[in-house]
Amino acid sequence: MSRLRLYQISVVTAFVLLLEALCLAGVIDKVTMPPPHIILGDLARMVLARRYFAEIGKSLANVLLAFTSAYLIGVVAGTILHGNKRVREILDPLFATYYAIPVFAFYPLFIVIFGLGDGPQVLIGFMLAIVAVIVTTLNGLDRVPSVLKKTARVNGLNALQTTRYITLPFCAPYLLTAAKLALAYAFIGVIGSEFIMARSGMGYEISYAYTNFDNATMYPLILLILLLSIAANSLLSRWERILLARRGQN
Amino acid sequence: MTKVFPAPAGGEVVHALGPIDIEIKRGEFFAVVGPSGCGKSTLLELIAGLTDPTEGEIEFEGRAIQKSVPDGVGVVFQEDACFPWLNVRENVEFGLRQKNTDAAQKTRRAAAVIDMMGLHDFARSYPAQLSGGMRQRVCIARTIVAEPRLILLDEPFGALDQQTRLLMGDEMLRLWRQISSTVFLITHALDEAVMLSDRIMVMSARPGKVIDLVETGWPRERDSRIVERENFGALTSRLWKTLREESLKTMGRVVSGV
Amino acid sequence: MQREASATFRNTVILIVGLLLFWELAYLIVGQVALRSPWQTIQFLGKLMQTDLFWLHLADTLKAFGVALVIAVALGLLIGFGLGLHRLSGDAMEPMLVALYSIPKITLYPIILLAFGIGISAKIAFGAIHGIIPVALFTLNAVRTIKPILIKTGNVMKLNSTAMAREILFPAAVPEIFTGIRVGFSLTLIGTVLGEMFAAQRGLGYLLMNAISLYNIDLIMSVTFLLVLIAASVNMVLLAIDRRLHHG
Repeated sequence: MSRLRLYQISVVTAFVLLLEALCLAGVIDKVTMPPPHIILGDLARMVLARRYFAEIGKSLANVLLAFTSAYLIGVVAGTILHGNKRVREILDPLFATYYAIPVFAFYPLFIVIFGLGDGPQVLIGFMLAIVAVIVTTLNGLDRVPSVLKKTARVNGLNALQTTRYITLPFCAPYLLTAAKLALAYAFIGVIGSEFIMARSGMGYEISYAYTNFDNATMYPLILLILLLSIAANSLLSRWERILLARRGQN
Repeated sequence: MTKVFPAPAGGEVVHALGPIDIEIKRGEFFAVVGPSGCGKSTLLELIAGLTDPTEGEIEFEGRAIQKSVPDGVGVVFQEDACFPWLNVRENVEFGLRQKNTDAAQKTRRAAAVIDMMGLHDFARSYPAQLSGGMRQRVCIARTIVAEPRLILLDEPFGALDQQTRLLMGDEMLRLWRQISSTVFLITHALDEAVMLSDRIMVMSARPGKVIDLVETGWPRERDSRIVERENFGALTSRLWKTLREESLKTMGRVVSGV
Repeated sequence: MQREASATFRNTVILIVGLLLFWELAYLIVGQVALRSPWQTIQFLGKLMQTDLFWLHLADTLKAFGVALVIAVALGLLIGFGLGLHRLSGDAMEPMLVALYSIPKITLYPIILLAFGIGISAKIAFGAIHGIIPVALFTLNAVRTIKPILIKTGNVMKLNSTAMAREILFPAAVPEIFTGIRVGFSLTLIGTVLGEMFAAQRGLGYLLMNAISLYNIDLIMSVTFLLVLIAASVNMVLLAIDRRLHHG
């Protein structure tokens, strides 16, 4: 085990132990937060009893929907924009400022237009994710060295073959980065919206548990969300790192 | 005058260099050539006072060099060392930081050096806007503006094309004569070493030791046209004959015979 | 340089006009039942800004945001410098910070509410946790990636530690640190407003959510528009400064 891993594990362990100590000592009172070991116990019980699986499934399905649509549309849009310099230049300030804008502020508006179903949440997730995908795709396509494109022409490759044998493999790490970002944003958008105002889903259950002082439900669910998002993010990051390492870039 | 006694410098368990025993005369143009990894850069850092030898001593102007850069020494590194947050003029003026000159004199001296290096039109540009070769010229300008008595150059023209290198070589000679400093140049270009120097030291493959010391005997007033001289070819081939075997050793093959 | 600037300006104008046209089109399609036109929104906003209540809410948001920003930047810089200067810590903690960056922080809000109670402290804490990570990450990176050659140059010029820090380390790190502060600024604002949307009794975010229960479409559109306007314009100014600091 490398020094790095050891360091990281120690930090996490130290943090959890600190929480445990503070809770047991009463510095953090029971009403605010139960000790970590109780939270883990509640989570285990929840998973074993398959409670909230329907709600979790629903949220994840919405996240997947937001992710997939943002990713596919984003990659296509990015590719089209890449070939269209004029339009791209016009949209550039929008992309540069996009993530400073509180996209969640549109949530009330979407509720008014689309009603209180799943639509607004998925739309927010989509809106958050799509620009990251477009920008990352553009970035990847920009970086294809012209010498590789010239090599393709010298070897008589047509447009489709160039895309398949040169552009796509070259851009693979960037497409992976785009997926990682899209997933993170879709997650934030959907779960966040469920939190603010929804009638079902993981975010809603946490919000409901909060209003009902139900720490035994709330904390395990929060922990579950944290674990899920960290796991998904780490997996994709690791894959991304492997691809980049092959090229001598980290 | 720099005296370098046996100076094997090792980091960890790597015997990087030495023993080396050389003496560089004041005011001479001294070059070092050798295969990659032989410790040329380490030698430069030792003389500059940026590293310490494991054994032995180094003296500059009669005083031992230890752990700090002696006064009157300037270094031009291989990598781009321009400060990206300062423009060309400010970068060059930074070189006069250590000297107690007033602002007006600083501006004057910096401007003179900037003109000398052909950067007059770019005085207000930032390094990010310049080519690699120009950035290297800025670094050289920043070093020489303080008129150091010893100028150490670590493959300063590595990133430039051949023609620019030749012109830069002429520049270095002119500067050398103008400032009357001692120049210590590391280069992998043999023709450059022969063209510019009074003496050339050839280093062996790692751990680098001195395997040849060549005197060119050129007159002080020289420029790149020195290549016309008969001796030029002979000197260059003498360097290569010695170096070829060392370079092959470095490449991992042993050659016996010619 | 001149031509570049005017081209960017022209493009931005075209973009803004395009967005307004898109908005007007959406309004024409969806209708008064759920949208307002750009002109109606601006008019309503004008009237809104003449009420005392509006300024009360705005002040509350800005107050919380201001304090959150100061905390986020101060702590972020501290963490970033600390981790950046110590190689092992920086390398180990960076992936963990990145992982924290990607979690939906709103899920932590109930915990913050339980800890701080409903009030401005919770909003400040919530805003701060959004901004602290980008500031820390960018600062960490800025310090870590100072080119060693610049430090060597400082050594050759015999700069002592103070001079080295002041004249080389600091200017070398400033551009990246500023980018971190810029991102932190935007995210702190988003975090503050988001917190208000979930649980607050004052502030623009609260106003927004309240407007839904009142089904006050004018209010929804005006506040949304205002938030987007503020966020976008401040960011553009910060971006311009950012680009200048990175010097061409």
